[in-house]
Amino acid sequence: MIKLVGVTKRLGGQPVLRGVDLVIPPGKLTTIIGRSGEGKSVLLKHIIGLMQPDEGEVWIDGIDIARLRGQALNEIRKRFAMLFQGAALFDSLTVFENVAFPLREKFRLKGADVTRRVEEKLEQVGLSGMGHKFPAELSGGMRKRAGLARALVMEPEIMLFDEPTTGLDPLMAKSIHDLITSMQRKLGFTAVMVSHEIPEIFGISDYVAMLKEGRIALMAESREFQQTDDPDIREFISVGGTIPWPAIDPAG
Amino acid sequence: MVMMLEQFGRWVLNLVSEMGRMLIFVLSAFAWLMRPPLRVAQIVKQVHFIGYKSMFVVVLTAAFTGMVLALQGYYTLRKFGSEGLLGSAVALSMIRELGPVLAALMVTARAGSAMTAEIGIMRITEQIDALDTMAVNPLQYLIAPKLVAGLIGVPLLVAIFDVVGIYGGHLVGVELLGVNAGSYWNAIESAVEWKDVYGGILKSVSFGLIVSWICTYKGFYTKMSAEGLGTATTEAVVLSSVLILIWDYFLTSVLL
Repeated sequence: MIKLVGVTKRLGGQPVLRGVDLVIPPGKLTTIIGRSGEGKSVLLKHIIGLMQPDEGEVWIDGIDIARLRGQALNEIRKRFAMLFQGAALFDSLTVFENVAFPLREKFRLKGADVTRRVEEKLEQVGLSGMGHKFPAELSGGMRKRAGLARALVMEPEIMLFDEPTTGLDPLMAKSIHDLITSMQRKLGFTAVMVSHEIPEIFGISDYVAMLKEGRIALMAESREFQQTDDPDIREFISVGGTIPWPAIDPAG
Repeated sequence: MVMMLEQFGRWVLNLVSEMGRMLIFVLSAFAWLMRPPLRVAQIVKQVHFIGYKSMFVVVLTAAFTGMVLALQGYYTLRKFGSEGLLGSAVALSMIRELGPVLAALMVTARAGSAMTAEIGIMRITEQIDALDTMAVNPLQYLIAPKLVAGLIGVPLLVAIFDVVGIYGGHLVGVELLGVNAGSYWNAIESAVEWKDVYGGILKSVSFGLIVSWICTYKGFYTKMSAEGLGTATTEAVVLSSVLILIWDYFLTSVLL
């Protein structure tokens, strides 16, 4: 289980997180929403130890990673994978080499085993036969898919998605969402997603949390979240899209 | 007055903390280098980038530096009737001073700026964060091979610079201005001592470290914007060049 307790962070002298308390349920897809600049990506980076809080604790299954450094932190990170906003593919490597990278570097796999697993993941994300291309030769959606393949190939226990559909057309965004949900349901990893895609995220998330003024304003099951009485949250989720009432049920 | 003191104090504190961060950066990178796996392929790739790909510009610079040294040296030495010493003047200037300094400055301009830009773009596009999330230490994977490549590549380039420069001097001094070939080479043989070569090697190794250290550091801690990357690249080139010249003075004063 992922648990954040009183996490605060200042960046460039400005407070971004002002005491975040959040519990992420295991094996579920939790989406964090909030206005631009609220610190959603910063929060996500605290969960994987890319940023350390000024104060507070970040617990991953009973280990406070806010105090970990070096090899100890790397060991915890082996359980994670992350899809970055811009996919963060390595420019100098082909798509195949990008997806193979964590297998070779993190798990020390070689040869045919790597090839089999990489090709399997590329096929799952619809990029069969694209392995020889470089990231610069791919469209935005294809890059996201390649990034997703690189994250999934690690078969992580915890997956973090930082705005996985930003900059994509609605059809491509839907296909990325479908991929994420089908993989999550199939593999059962704990997923934490930062997204602006309202109301779509209500249909795919098990839980939704809203970050507001550096704190979690509300964390609830997707259906329950949509029925909140909080006027600010209602305004945010209704402006984000023409929210259909009654609420979308993630179970279908 | 108090405001000025405050500002000065802040500047000194920032400078000291930046220097501390730079030292921790390079020491951590070398510490990670000691841990397996040893990234031989990465090191070879970087030596190719810093060394082989800088060959053309280094050879060109070396040839013209040697040629102009011979030209200037010839007209100065002729006033004293000592044209025969041209070889030693060219060779000593090359080996002790111009070879290490000019080759290092050329590497800074060609490879150093590219290193800063490459690492900076990797920082901005979160590729360095991606390495971290895959439990691959960026200092070990990205930085350490570049530091090693600087230590290997720059001394090799300096050696090439020296040889090409001396031949450039020969071309102008002997072929164009008519200095006796025997006296040109004989003057080199009698004037150049092991101490001169050793000093040149020491300089080139330390310059190699300066270039790769400063340029990787500036890229690694670039600000997250295009403007930040531009500033980082400029700072890397200027700081490396200035440090090369300052360190050259200190080393020369110690070695003489």
